[in-house]
Amino acid sequence: MKAADKRESQLVEADRRPNAAKRARRLLANNADAMPVVEAAGPTQAREVQAELVDPSPRGGLLEVFQQRYVLKLIVSRQLAQMYAASLLGLAWSYVQPAMRFGVYYVVMGFILNLHEGVPFFAIHLFTGIVVVHYFGETWNGGTRSIWGNKALVQKMRMPREIFPVASMLVAAYHTLPQILVLTLFCVLAGWHLTWGAVAAGLLGMLILVTFALALALFFSALNVFFRDFQNIVQTIMQFMHFLVPMMYPFSRVWSQHEAHPILYNLYMANPVAQSVILLQRFFWRPIIDDPSTLRGRQFPPDMWERGLITLVVCLVLLYLAQRFFSRVEGKFPERL
Amino acid sequence: MSVSILVENVTKEFTMQYHRTLKQMAVASVKRLPLQEQFLAVNGVSFTVEQGESVGLMGLNGSGKSTLLKLINGVMKPDKGSILTRGRIAGLIATGAGFHPQLTGRENLYLNAAIMGMSEAETKRKFDAIVDFADIGKFMDTPVSHYSSGMYARLGFSIAIHVDADIFLADEVLAVGDRPFKKKCMAKMQEIRQQGTTIFYVSHAAASVRAMCDRVLVLESGHLNYDSKIVEGGSVEGGIHYLEYDDADDEEVTSDEELGADI
Repeated sequence: MKAADKRESQLVEADRRPNAAKRARRLLANNADAMPVVEAAGPTQAREVQAELVDPSPRGGLLEVFQQRYVLKLIVSRQLAQMYAASLLGLAWSYVQPAMRFGVYYVVMGFILNLHEGVPFFAIHLFTGIVVVHYFGETWNGGTRSIWGNKALVQKMRMPREIFPVASMLVAAYHTLPQILVLTLFCVLAGWHLTWGAVAAGLLGMLILVTFALALALFFSALNVFFRDFQNIVQTIMQFMHFLVPMMYPFSRVWSQHEAHPILYNLYMANPVAQSVILLQRFFWRPIIDDPSTLRGRQFPPDMWERGLITLVVCLVLLYLAQRFFSRVEGKFPERL
Repeated sequence: MSVSILVENVTKEFTMQYHRTLKQMAVASVKRLPLQEQFLAVNGVSFTVEQGESVGLMGLNGSGKSTLLKLINGVMKPDKGSILTRGRIAGLIATGAGFHPQLTGRENLYLNAAIMGMSEAETKRKFDAIVDFADIGKFMDTPVSHYSSGMYARLGFSIAIHVDADIFLADEVLAVGDRPFKKKCMAKMQEIRQQGTTIFYVSHAAASVRAMCDRVLVLESGHLNYDSKIVEGGSVEGGIHYLEYDDADDEEVTSDEELGADI
């Protein structure tokens, strides 16, 4: 077999375009002097690279995100800057929205529907829930859009893509922090007697909230690359999340139904956000009540601790699964964006 | 010499989806139209690059050059096969850097440098050099969405070339630059080539590949059909020749004057 024939057969196999040569010659003729030629000026030095041969694509997942804190910091500050670009109120928006919501719920639920009866310090009871749901919603919503919103970077730069949902979580935390400070201030003014039990509940509630929100943000950010419907689905769910947690009504109202509707009760309680609200109310709201006799009914579920710990474990498993899913589909992001 | 890039049997498949909404999908399946189609952008490609080699990657549009570069860069993962690289990778992929349109040139500079592995101190140290090289002056504090395509490419190239990477990827980046800037970039690339950086250079300009590279890879429809290191008697010249004149003999007699005039 002659060399030319061999190449011929190889080419057929490799389905070379029939007019390849023609096209190449055209291109070449058009580009022949498109680039200036600069000749090498001297001999090449040898370069010692002190590194191992590794896979260039990132596989470290969330761990790698926290190793690259400098990049994370830049992306978070970038997202903040971008959010308030061309807005007059700027960061104040993160106060205005919860404040308005608080005002409406306080008046409508508290006074018109009279749900504040039997709930001393109803305002703090309500505001704790608003802070939790606000943080959760912003992480989930922002996280879901994060990969799509950063497609310019995702398509061109190598980095752990988990960095975007994580950045959304930190942005949400940045917005929620002032609200927590306001809440703490009011608690102190109202006479806050912290106990170890309350602190433990607070920690547990925050852990559940953060892991659950991050797991959802990771999972949905990946899904949203493939189907843009998910950002609307998330928004829809978030619209009634306020009614699915005991903040504008006391937990006692839910508890009073648990015998009549055990399945509904358990579904309600399976929501990690609802549990987080309950646990954080145990932290913020319960310690300011001096006289427990003013409370009516059961303010906290009897199995609050067991349920909380189990939920935390479930959320950690969800986070792990979300990470697994994310790593599996991540390789397809650049082509789908 | 140590191995810088090791590509083994790499295949990358793209899915082309024709119908995105449920309604379109339902209509298409009733009409028995295909819902999606697989397409191999890179097909069973293997090669090894030593540290300090300067490799020219050539091929027609759509032959998989950019995809291969994305795989080496780590933006994409291969579906089959494996890619290993040694050291820091910098470069520009598919004409233009990953800039965020709403951020200013300065912010993008910091972010881009950080993603390519530069620390804050390193970026600050090289900041002036990068800005000088890009030569976009007062536009540093303007959002990059207002940049001209040339300015965009200038800044992107300037950041990438200052990263002090072990592997440098240049993918038709300079297509939009003007001639003096292109010249400056080529000189800078020769400079890092001399420092022993592995270079991957994608270009259609034969003369510039000839000057810049000591090895040529030719991709055709995702296949690596010419590797000047593997092919017997292969050379950069041979690769250019291969791409240019290969099947001139089996071309039909229809090679009209118009085409002749082109050459």
